[in-house]
Amino acid sequence: MTIEIHQLEKIYRVGEERVHALRGVDLVIQRNEFVAIMGASGSGKSTLMNVLGCLDSPTRGRYVLNGRATHKMGAAALARVRNEEIGFVFQSFELLPRASALKNVMLPLIYSRFNWLEARKRAKRALERVGLADRIGHRPNQLSGGQRQRVAIARALVNTPSILLADEPTGNLDTATTREIIELFRQLHAEGQTIVMVTHEEEVADAALRIVRLRDGMVTSDHPTRRDPTHAAFLQNAARMAAEAAGEALPAGAE
Amino acid sequence: MVRTLMIIPRLTVQTVFLALGQIWANKVRSMLTTLGIIIGVASIIAVVAALTGLRASVLSEFEKFGARKVFIDGRVPRELRNRINFRDVQLTLAELDAVEEHCPSIEKLTPMMMMAKSAEAGDTKLDGVQTTGIWPTWHDIEGRAVLIGRPFNEIDERERRDVCLVNEKLIEDLGLDRDPTTQTIRLSDRVFTIVGVVETVTFNIFGSGESNAEIFIPLATAMRLNPNGWINFAWAQMRRPDQAQDAIAEISTVMRKVRGLEGATPNTFEVRVIQQFIDGFNRVAGAVTAGAGGVVGISLLVGGIGIMNIMLVSVSERTREIGLRKAVGARPSVVLLQFLVEAVTLCLVGGAVGIALGQLMVLGIRNIPGADLGRAVAPAWVIVLSVGFSAATGIVFGMFPALKAARLDPIEALRHE
Repeated sequence: MTIEIHQLEKIYRVGEERVHALRGVDLVIQRNEFVAIMGASGSGKSTLMNVLGCLDSPTRGRYVLNGRATHKMGAAALARVRNEEIGFVFQSFELLPRASALKNVMLPLIYSRFNWLEARKRAKRALERVGLADRIGHRPNQLSGGQRQRVAIARALVNTPSILLADEPTGNLDTATTREIIELFRQLHAEGQTIVMVTHEEEVADAALRIVRLRDGMVTSDHPTRRDPTHAAFLQNAARMAAEAAGEALPAGAE
Repeated sequence: MVRTLMIIPRLTVQTVFLALGQIWANKVRSMLTTLGIIIGVASIIAVVAALTGLRASVLSEFEKFGARKVFIDGRVPRELRNRINFRDVQLTLAELDAVEEHCPSIEKLTPMMMMAKSAEAGDTKLDGVQTTGIWPTWHDIEGRAVLIGRPFNEIDERERRDVCLVNEKLIEDLGLDRDPTTQTIRLSDRVFTIVGVVETVTFNIFGSGESNAEIFIPLATAMRLNPNGWINFAWAQMRRPDQAQDAIAEISTVMRKVRGLEGATPNTFEVRVIQQFIDGFNRVAGAVTAGAGGVVGISLLVGGIGIMNIMLVSVSERTREIGLRKAVGARPSVVLLQFLVEAVTLCLVGGAVGIALGQLMVLGIRNIPGADLGRAVAPAWVIVLSVGFSAATGIVFGMFPALKAARLDPIEALRHE
């Protein structure tokens, strides 16, 4: 078992107001699952993501990651869990602008037990996995958006984490690049990587095998992709609209 | 714990390179930031080097002067200034005999009776020539070489002979032969035979750097020549240079006894050793160093505030980077260490520039014409101290920004625009 969440609650204090971001979430994610977490803004998906990534501690409830009760850990222990168990992929890549792709990928290894040579070897291997073996010396501003996100994914993979956590990984990318990145996620999943991805795009969520929907801090549905009624309806709708657009476009093109 | 200890050296090295890269990327900003430290370090190096040079030349003057010499003269104490005349406290031969006899640390001494006389040789007349009555022991105490002829001896003194020693300057001024022995000069209408020539000495620091014409005659002769004169002072010589305290105590005791000074009556004489002059100089040098230290402290304070400011800017500019580093597993203590190392690196670079600038200033100081500071050099301790102070400034003033970075919430930091 990889992730086990039980009755998770998170309450923020914003000035005098108390914001109940998560109101008792139960969630179990097994090894090698590919899960999309969806929800409108304010649904609590980002908070859930932060707790899953050990960036935030729950107010109440349990979060057991690979048999370790993270809800009981202090800041230093959580930092270690983030380093060894979790790989983050962010919407805006978060690469260090002055460092090469290789240096960026090596960053998590600075804080782990590897020596420099070993870290370098691992970082190179991670860049090969995302198809950037020929770009290791490039700086972020010398790379395209898709390549930057690939560097970020390589950085997330470099410490062989048990979970790859992606927060809107395609939010800043165009359609073609989005497809590339999704394809990369599928490939990594096929290689055995457990992936949890927050997104609000149904097409992106379609790549996952399971969709967890949140609303007002609670799980409203949790289905395999093909059996999720909301998703199926969306996909049918999308297919119909695409067909209509093609139908309209076709005569226009024929004239 | 062990894990952290393993990370620290590697992380420190990486951080140092990172910080050097940042400094190089922001050359002007870093330069202005560390200006306080640069000025502070450069000035302390320059001041200490100048003092070291000054001390070297002063001490060598003192050494020329003699480390075993004791100066004794009569002196009216301030309390008795209205009651006794300076003539009443001048040294007498009896007193000096007593000192020589009863002070075990004193090897020998000579009275010095100084007067200005007119010296004539042939048609040349020289007014106001410094003429000094001495004992033959003067040769051992002053250590001035007799270049031609012979030194004074006991017979000259006992027989009150009309003989004299002259220096080279006098030979030049009076136009005597290069070897003037057996020639005669007239002093106050008495004819003196020159028996020897002593070397001319110049004192750079205590004198004007010029040498004077000098004549030496036996003390007994001098007393007869000038019956109303007095012994100006006496030079005594200790057996060993480290006996200064003993010598002062012994001479004071003997002199008080001979002069019948009792109880709280102040000394009507003065005993001084060369060490006291050196101590006096060292006190002045110490005060100057302390003053310079104060200036440097202020520069370092200002420099430190500059460092703190730039580190706060850096933390604010790199908030997202800090968030990222925390997200990939940097612990708060590690982030703290990273920013401290960065501040210390910045300060050390400033310190290094300061040391380089200081050394340039030292080169300049050495070549100041007429200052006699050719031996000015920054000693190792002041360089070590500069490096230490620079690092300490980095730690003290980098602590607040580093704590701020360490305490950042990673989620907030990653959301920062």
